[in-house]
Amino acid sequence: MRRDKTPPWVLVALLLAGIAAPFLFPAYILQIAILWIMVMFAVTWDIMGGQMGYNSLGNITFFGVGMYITGLVQVGLFTDIGPYTSARGGEQLVLNHADYFYGLLLGLAAASVGCAILAVLIGQTMFGLRGAYFAIGTLGIALSARELFGTWEWVGGGSGIALPVYPGYPDEKSQIFYWLCFVLAILAFMFVRWLYSTRFGLAINAIRDDEDKAEAMGIHTNRHKSFAWSVSAFFLGISGGLFGNMTGFVEPAEVAFPVVTFGIFMVAMSLLGGKGTLWGPVIGAVLFHVVKETTWTYFLGWQWIALGVIIIVNVVFFQQGIMGWLIMKFPERFGIAVDRSGSRDGGAQ
Amino acid sequence: MTVKSIEVRGVSKAYGGVIANREISLEVEEGSITGLIGPNGSGKTTLFNSIVGYHPIDEGEILFEGQPIQKLKVQKIARLGLLRTFQQTRIYSKMNCVDNMLISIPHRTAGWRDMLTPYSADDLDRAKNLLEFVGLYEKRNLISGELSFGQQKLLEFAMALMNRPKVLLLDEPTAGINPTLINGLIDRLLLANSEFGITLFVIEHNMRVIMNLAEKVYCLAHGELLAAGPPNEIQNDQRVIDAYLGAH
Amino acid sequence: MLVNFSLLIQAPLLNVQLMLDGLFIGAIFALAAYGLALVWGVMNVKNLAQGEFVIMGGYIAWYMGTLGIHPILALPVAAVLMFGFGWVLYVTIIRRVIARDLFTSLLATFGIALVIQQALNLAFGPAVQSAHSGFEIRSFFDGMVTVADIKFVSFGLCVLLAGAVVLFMKRSRMGQAIRATAQDARAAKVMGIDTERVYAFTYSLNCAICGAAGVLVSMIWVIQPFYGVPHSIRAFVIVTAAGLGNLPGVILAGLGLGLAEQYSGFVLGAQFQQATVVGLLVIVLIWRQYLLIKHRQVVR
Repeated sequence: MRRDKTPPWVLVALLLAGIAAPFLFPAYILQIAILWIMVMFAVTWDIMGGQMGYNSLGNITFFGVGMYITGLVQVGLFTDIGPYTSARGGEQLVLNHADYFYGLLLGLAAASVGCAILAVLIGQTMFGLRGAYFAIGTLGIALSARELFGTWEWVGGGSGIALPVYPGYPDEKSQIFYWLCFVLAILAFMFVRWLYSTRFGLAINAIRDDEDKAEAMGIHTNRHKSFAWSVSAFFLGISGGLFGNMTGFVEPAEVAFPVVTFGIFMVAMSLLGGKGTLWGPVIGAVLFHVVKETTWTYFLGWQWIALGVIIIVNVVFFQQGIMGWLIMKFPERFGIAVDRSGSRDGGAQ
Repeated sequence: MTVKSIEVRGVSKAYGGVIANREISLEVEEGSITGLIGPNGSGKTTLFNSIVGYHPIDEGEILFEGQPIQKLKVQKIARLGLLRTFQQTRIYSKMNCVDNMLISIPHRTAGWRDMLTPYSADDLDRAKNLLEFVGLYEKRNLISGELSFGQQKLLEFAMALMNRPKVLLLDEPTAGINPTLINGLIDRLLLANSEFGITLFVIEHNMRVIMNLAEKVYCLAHGELLAAGPPNEIQNDQRVIDAYLGAH
Repeated sequence: MLVNFSLLIQAPLLNVQLMLDGLFIGAIFALAAYGLALVWGVMNVKNLAQGEFVIMGGYIAWYMGTLGIHPILALPVAAVLMFGFGWVLYVTIIRRVIARDLFTSLLATFGIALVIQQALNLAFGPAVQSAHSGFEIRSFFDGMVTVADIKFVSFGLCVLLAGAVVLFMKRSRMGQAIRATAQDARAAKVMGIDTERVYAFTYSLNCAICGAAGVLVSMIWVIQPFYGVPHSIRAFVIVTAAGLGNLPGVILAGLGLGLAEQYSGFVLGAQFQQATVVGLLVIVLIWRQYLLIKHRQVVR
């Protein structure tokens, strides 16, 4: 069994770092909040991509749909959506504290559940696709979602929806959303950590290694696939809602469905840290985001080319990622060894 | 009266224009060890695949414990307790042996909630016992893809036993196994049958193995059933000898 | 939406216009898709940079146009340059991903696509461009249907190119080696075919085909650094719909996609043209899956 054997102090240290960060670097609170979203992105992508071998290029769909659901609930609770969006963001909804948080929480709840259900539904048409077809199919889903929301006038079409204004000071808003992102990432990580310790964890590994064999052994493959994707979608939906509110504005191409930025980042981060491991995506996300945020401006317009090169180099030369490399280098540390302590008594039952 | 475990009635299967199985009928009795032989390309594996629901059949009927299963899918059939191993051994090559065993626990009654429970100590114990049974206990923490071919084959067999099947369809269990180990494997197959009460249906090329194992042998040639009977009878059947010696 | 639809019925000549435009552009889609089918079938590399190669070819034609050279003359230049580019890509990157799992080649070529897009953007800016052929625009039916001469020329060139590639695959030694490798790489290797060279050649040939297709695109349509993605998706739609190694299927699917885009663009509005392409991708995948499910198989 693969219960995670990380010493508890690592987790505690991580928690403390997350709690201390906004006090140590108050100027970068937004970037650190996004770091937590990135961690959540990588960890949830890895459920399907790393542990189950279903490499999705379209997980960003749930981020965007979650953002729209949250936004529509927040707006729809207090005014008519159609006329509001047709004003093209000319006016923003102003609410009091109670109404704002009521709308936000209801929106996030709707987004999480809605996205989880959506994942199950889309999954029924996509899970028959294997390997690269699944990747292309999910990419198609994400692009379709972007086009769909871009042409849907009721939700604002290409020009989007302005979300309710935060009823307080901007600093207070950053704080609130920092804590929400932080809690979300920790919850996602702990939930996934627990998942991998159950039968579910091994079953999705089995699907990755040989799905035909898993079927021949009677594993409920569709059930596992549906659940895996809906877990990802659940957290992605919430993160979309949070990110939309942090931006204050939902728009299909750049904010809700950033297919080639966030959508690819989550894959790149998991690969960098080592896909198919619990800690790999976390390490990858932190490394990727910190390096990106600190060096981005020095590339003088070449940053996107650098990103492409990083993806290529990562995939071609360092596919096992940091954790994968460690396991290869020190297999005994991870319990991969011949046990010569003698055979058991008993033999056949 | 003997109870029929698997009944195949008039099953035909064609790939494009090639007829792989033509109106095959046979029976596997509960608790028995039944052999299936035939030259290469005679349709043995196709028949196995039809029985376990790997592909739809064109005609005929397949019954498992009296229940028609030809419309069911692979997983459903496996959960009924009808399991197969593959000719090209298939294991979960990136996991260690113990995990390979644990994942193979029966899923007959597994509900949604079982998915999220950990494995019981009992499961772990059984996994280790069965690894001991096939002689892989020492290698239990190694990644299974790095085992030798023969060891992988043994692991696959142990995984099948872990699943507590009622019937096990074995596709060439001794192919690629070191001849000195074959006797040990035969013993284990017989034990699986007598101790665990698993009905075995075995494709085998090695005549010595099938003579030692099976109580009844079916012989296929050109996709049709050629002969059936006890092994020594089949061995001396002129039609079978002709088929094997390439009189076609 | 319905207004546009009834317009089509009231003025049947509009259909002629749409169909001609659809066929002219569809032929080019088919050409690029054939290149994808080639690398997919031979090397099992799903090339997500397909559209970027097309756009690169387009920019070669456009750039030569700014130097005063006619874009048709850019066709051989683009093909040769892209062939060389393909070879470089193969030696540096693709060679290392062929034997890996499919997602690796997909992501690696995605990375290549990203680099090409951004490099083009840095070099030429985000403006929409097109190569000017200077040919006349011809009117039919009292101006109801207008077709630029260059579209006929492009169609002819497209057919010519496709014919040349098919002939090459059938007759030349390299073509035969490519087909042998596609069927069974190991057997081909045992028989003394240098499969490494075959792979390099196939990938480069694909780049050359795309480059040539890109020249045609720039002459009859528009190019922009980020317009490669829809071209890639189109190629995937066509190959997925037609299946590998099915040349008539690729041509039919290519022309069909061209028509579908023109009609949806007209009936639903121009903003739906993009949506049609990605929508078709999803539909084609689901449809193929549905066909296979009957045989209890999966799409892999």
